Amino acid sequence: MRSSITKYFNSYTEAAPLAVFRIGFGIMMLASIIRFWLNGWIEKLYITPKFHFSYYGFEWVKPLGDFTYLLFVICGISAFLVAIGYKYRIAIITFFLSFTYIELIDKTTYLNHYYFISILSFLMIFLPANVYYSIDAWQNVKRSFQKIPRWCIDSIKLLLGIVYFYAGLAKINSDWLFRAMPLKIWLPSKYDIPFLGELMQQEWVAYAFSWSGMFYDLFIPFLLLWKRSRFFAFIMVIIFHVMTRVLFPIGMFPYIMIVSALIFFSPKVHHKILQKISSWFSIRKGKFDNELSLIYKPIERKILTTVVSVFFIIQILFPWRYLLYPGELFWTEEGFRFSWRVMLMEKAGYAEFKVVDGETGKRFYVNNSDFLTPFQEKQMSFQPDFILEYAHFLAEHFRKDGHENIEVYVESYVGLNGRKSVPYISPDVNLLNFADSFKHKTFILPFNDEIKGL
Amino acid sequence: MIRISKILLIASLVFTACSTEDDGPGTDGGGETNSFDRGAMLENWADNIIVPAFSNFKSSTQQLEDLTVAFTADPTEENLVALRNQFESSYIDFQTVAMFDLGKAEEVNFRRFLNTYPLAASEVENKIASGSYNLELPSSFKEQGFPALDYLLNGIGDTNAEIVAKYSSENYRNYLLDVSKRINSLTAEVNSSWQGDYRDTFVSNTSSSSTGSVDKLTNKYIMYFEAFLRSGKIGYPSGVFTGTPSPINVEAYYSENLSKDLYLKALQSTIDFFNGKSFSGGQTGKSFKQYLEFLEREDLASDINSQFDVIKSQATKLNASLKSQVETDNTVMLAAYDELQKQVVLLKLDMVQALSISINYVDSDGD
Repeated sequence: MRSSITKYFNSYTEAAPLAVFRIGFGIMMLASIIRFWLNGWIEKLYITPKFHFSYYGFEWVKPLGDFTYLLFVICGISAFLVAIGYKYRIAIITFFLSFTYIELIDKTTYLNHYYFISILSFLMIFLPANVYYSIDAWQNVKRSFQKIPRWCIDSIKLLLGIVYFYAGLAKINSDWLFRAMPLKIWLPSKYDIPFLGELMQQEWVAYAFSWSGMFYDLFIPFLLLWKRSRFFAFIMVIIFHVMTRVLFPIGMFPYIMIVSALIFFSPKVHHKILQKISSWFSIRKGKFDNELSLIYKPIERKILTTVVSVFFIIQILFPWRYLLYPGELFWTEEGFRFSWRVMLMEKAGYAEFKVVDGETGKRFYVNNSDFLTPFQEKQMSFQPDFILEYAHFLAEHFRKDGHENIEVYVESYVGLNGRKSVPYISPDVNLLNFADSFKHKTFILPFNDEIKGL
Repeated sequence: MIRISKILLIASLVFTACSTEDDGPGTDGGGETNSFDRGAMLENWADNIIVPAFSNFKSSTQQLEDLTVAFTADPTEENLVALRNQFESSYIDFQTVAMFDLGKAEEVNFRRFLNTYPLAASEVENKIASGSYNLELPSSFKEQGFPALDYLLNGIGDTNAEIVAKYSSENYRNYLLDVSKRINSLTAEVNSSWQGDYRDTFVSNTSSSSTGSVDKLTNKYIMYFEAFLRSGKIGYPSGVFTGTPSPINVEAYYSENLSKDLYLKALQSTIDFFNGKSFSGGQTGKSFKQYLEFLEREDLASDINSQFDVIKSQATKLNASLKSQVETDNTVMLAAYDELQKQVVLLKLDMVQALSISINYVDSDGD
């Protein structure tokens, strides 16, 4: 056992797949940043809102006003530098920090795939993605290697595998498999898609999509790993992500996943790709093919493998933290984020806040649109941590306005996966009595139904 | 490997093909079998509800202008009473079109010009005194429309004789006439767009995106119910957002007993629209109710209709003048608000979710 581990860590492989991955990643990220900018979302999501919902523990991450544009410029430039492999280490660290900062500004915009980008770029800080086919390697022959330790490439595969497999596990629940929810709600509304529109009206289609989606997520990492099924699996990857792109507004994510899946192919494929790129830009690829292997010094190797191992242990364990909370995960959302639970719920809420003077009993309702953008209001109304944070914000606001003995109550309703909406937060609880924490939020009313499964 | 690059090429072509969503109406293929015919719903909305409502309202505002001309030419108490009666019935007719803030109506700010209240009465007086004003400016929302007529026909004197006396001044006559004419001309503009191309534009836009007619009008309908019916007619006057009742916020503040009728008419219009009942009342067609039933959410459709019933029966407890209701026993108003609020939850949360329509002010990604 021990010897086979040692052997594994001493085995080397071509660096080409990692180089292709680095290029693809950098370009995709640059495109995402530009797309985000052109859609006017920087303004809409980070500059317009008067108030931002912070992640617990990251309240110090503040919006930067007009400097947010600068942050996006920095992020975009570093993505480009990653792609060309120039000053790679600094570029990827800058990218990780700037991208993560942007994501931490407001949790309203949380998406699994943004989180994926953040942790992937973190992992890439520790990978030698610039030793081959990069400007760094071109300029410094001493840092130019054709081969790298095998684990460097496998770690990307492992991360992709975790994302897919956990997304598949999350689909093993009774709503997804036996009620075809939420697809049964979502698909019929796609009635005007060419060719498929009519089909989307059929109930069996929702079931077929649910089940095949579950199997796809669970098995695709293995099918990509196994040489004989790899080509077929890659076709599946393309079909699956094209379908999701057609049906749902998920932005760049499908493209990113398709390009990422290339890493599973053999170095031969990647050399072909690099040859193609070389011929476009007249790059002398031969200069990189020096047959040298990147061999880390023992201490260096120890640090790198330790960091990467700890990273993966966290990644593997973190999605299970929901088991520590009582109640239905979909209902309370305690431990829901950062766990690859993708497109699992059709959940919406309505929350009306009541500000009460504890002494006189005088009360009034809050007009949410005075403080929140419609998008923030929508996200706030079904997530308890948002509701709590907003209640504290309201108290602060009205205290400044001269109100006294403030108590804040919420009358809220949530509908989940086609169930009729029911009260969500206890309306008799003064929310100011609670501070946000990782502890279970006792003011969430129980979910009067059961969703079986993981 | 050539195979792979070919597949990538094809995939990217598919992407680009699919990325060009939102480009106009999709041809629905016609032969509906298992799917709900949204085109037919749009036709019912347009042909049986919206177009007749606007055309009826147009005759009403024409009448209003004619009687204003008659009164200003000959300011007698008799003419005042005739004009006031017409004002009341036009204001009630307005409630049948107020929710359709689409197309031309949206473009010209129809609802805001016709019914922004409370009125800036002192501004109105200033403008009358100076005799110079431009009612087309957005800054003049609060100085015209029905709230201005309400004031000019009821609020500028205690008795009919006193009011009529004011109209010996040419400035008063001009202002009254201008307000009345502007209501009629804006209505004519919106009405003719529905009589013309806009009806077809509306009906043919069956796209499922946020720019499609179903999505758009659903959003408008719910926004109307929440912001104008619940908050505007009941919420603000009863002070639910401030803690202090505010009679001045009542619609038709200066009229004797009009505010409740306006509320009831607006409510009934939203009920009829939900059920797809034609404007003439003769028939029902495809509607939110039928759409929900198609999606096997009869339960929700009937919950919404029962809640409408509750709201209506609660409304019988309201004083004919919401102003005196607020001043004498605000709790009845607060109770009305609570019932309306329950309906907002059913419409904005449950119905929208069942129809998979987003309350679509933001177009960001999901995952």
